[in-house]
Amino acid sequence: MHFFHRDNGFVHPLASEITSRAVYEDRRNLLRLVAAGAAGGTLAAWAGRNALAATERAGKLAPLAGMPSKVPGAMTMEKLTPYEDATSYNNFYEFGTDKADPARNAGTLKTTPWTVEIEGLVKKAGKYGLEDLLKLSAQEDRIYRLRCVEGWSMVIPWVGYSLSALIQRVEPLGSAKYVEFVTLADKATMPGVSSRVLEWPYVEGLRLDEAMHPLTLLSFGMYGEVLPKQNGAPVRIVVPWKYGFKSAKSLVKIRFTDKEPATAWNKAAAQEYGFYSNVNPEVDHPRWSQATERRIGEGGLFAKRHKTLMFNGYEAQVGQLYAGMDLKKNF
Amino acid sequence: MKKLLMHRAAKPLVFVLCLLPFAWLFYAAAADQLGANPAEALIRGLGDWTLRFLCIVLAVTPLRVMTGTPALARFRRMLGLFVAFYALMHLLSYVAFDMGFEVAEIAKDIAKRPFILVGSLAGLLLALMAATSFNRAIKALGAARWRRLHQSVYVVAALAILHFYWMRAGKNNFSEVAVYGVILASLLGWRVWEALRKRRLSAQRPARTKVGNAAALQKR
Repeated sequence: MHFFHRDNGFVHPLASEITSRAVYEDRRNLLRLVAAGAAGGTLAAWAGRNALAATERAGKLAPLAGMPSKVPGAMTMEKLTPYEDATSYNNFYEFGTDKADPARNAGTLKTTPWTVEIEGLVKKAGKYGLEDLLKLSAQEDRIYRLRCVEGWSMVIPWVGYSLSALIQRVEPLGSAKYVEFVTLADKATMPGVSSRVLEWPYVEGLRLDEAMHPLTLLSFGMYGEVLPKQNGAPVRIVVPWKYGFKSAKSLVKIRFTDKEPATAWNKAAAQEYGFYSNVNPEVDHPRWSQATERRIGEGGLFAKRHKTLMFNGYEAQVGQLYAGMDLKKNF
Repeated sequence: MKKLLMHRAAKPLVFVLCLLPFAWLFYAAAADQLGANPAEALIRGLGDWTLRFLCIVLAVTPLRVMTGTPALARFRRMLGLFVAFYALMHLLSYVAFDMGFEVAEIAKDIAKRPFILVGSLAGLLLALMAATSFNRAIKALGAARWRRLHQSVYVVAALAILHFYWMRAGKNNFSEVAVYGVILASLLGWRVWEALRKRRLSAQRPARTKVGNAAALQKR
């Protein structure tokens, strides 16, 4: 119908409508990644099923299982950390600073009813009940490496779905650049909250694109069951390419903001814990090397330490999020 | 009480008691009962017991003086040697189970983490004291020099607390550090107070003979 147009038969695109070369190439990359993911996903799903079958459900809590995830990188094929170790060796300072404290003290935590409040720069703010969150997207099994900033690591089979599913549902405004996670700080049920080790409530945060990355998991379970309390029941975040403390537990609030959130560990010791906290063997903690890690549950006293991998081994999936950034400065 | 302390079996009994924590840790390590991170549990357990024995050995003299039980002195050397033993085992398990005997890695670790340097220094002093703990060493060094060397146990106490403090600094969790710190500081405080008191006493009575002084000391 070109004749009827003012420019005699041809609609010139506006400059703003032309896809820039960089964006065009990014899309090509994304397509390639998706294609690789589709092929890899099938394989990974198969490997993952085998890995999951190797550890039976612990049979201690209500079952919660999902379909093996097809997200690229979501199914590492490493040997799982035994359930006993993953649930008895925890950092969850609201229940005490000793690794054994959370398992000992978390019994008092009341996880029903539970709501997560969505607020800030978002269209559909409000309170979301746990039941609704559980049903919001299909539950997936994912096997992630977990690396603690203290130099140990685990391999944990989580159950949940990409946080992006929730974020898309609540429709953040264009001005939203960051996501802040606020976790429960209940003096009555959490003995650690009366200590002054950290500023409560525990706050963590991600850049919006990090939060939207398909590997960023909103998790409700592990080892085929709902989350144990010491592991962040009833709902937590898992960000596998960052040090463990970035993965906020027992989530009560998600806030969309335009400013970088002031996170708990960064407030407590800014020179030791940056906002990004990507697993990076080349950036030492000020007081120790991050080059290696001890894998929990692996061979006892004489087990050799593993070399720590850039982005905890998820560089292929998340590396582009940090293109052009100086990760020594933005540690 | 005195009879009990002077009993023939008292020393062997204390020896066995002192060895119990080590035996327990050794057994737990062998039986894989040290939890999810056995290396860490072993190193920390041995470190805790080093601090505890340090408190115990430094409490011997104050206890002896305050309760008037000179027989307590019989156990001091053995308790001191146990401090050195637990410290050595603590250090050794760090070298073996944390660093896998990798000398280059250990050197890097010491450079990176001052608390390891401080701990090693305390270990070195303890080893020196342990190596000079027998009677012939006292004679060889001369009593005064030997005493000065062994008074560095207070330096060890200070270094140990600093070591523990720095270790816990990452977690901002100083409650245990405070407990040991208060105990060790008050034990040292007692010494200082006692020394000042003695000096005041001898200043007040300069005419007192050597024999008189010795008698006064013995009464206590």
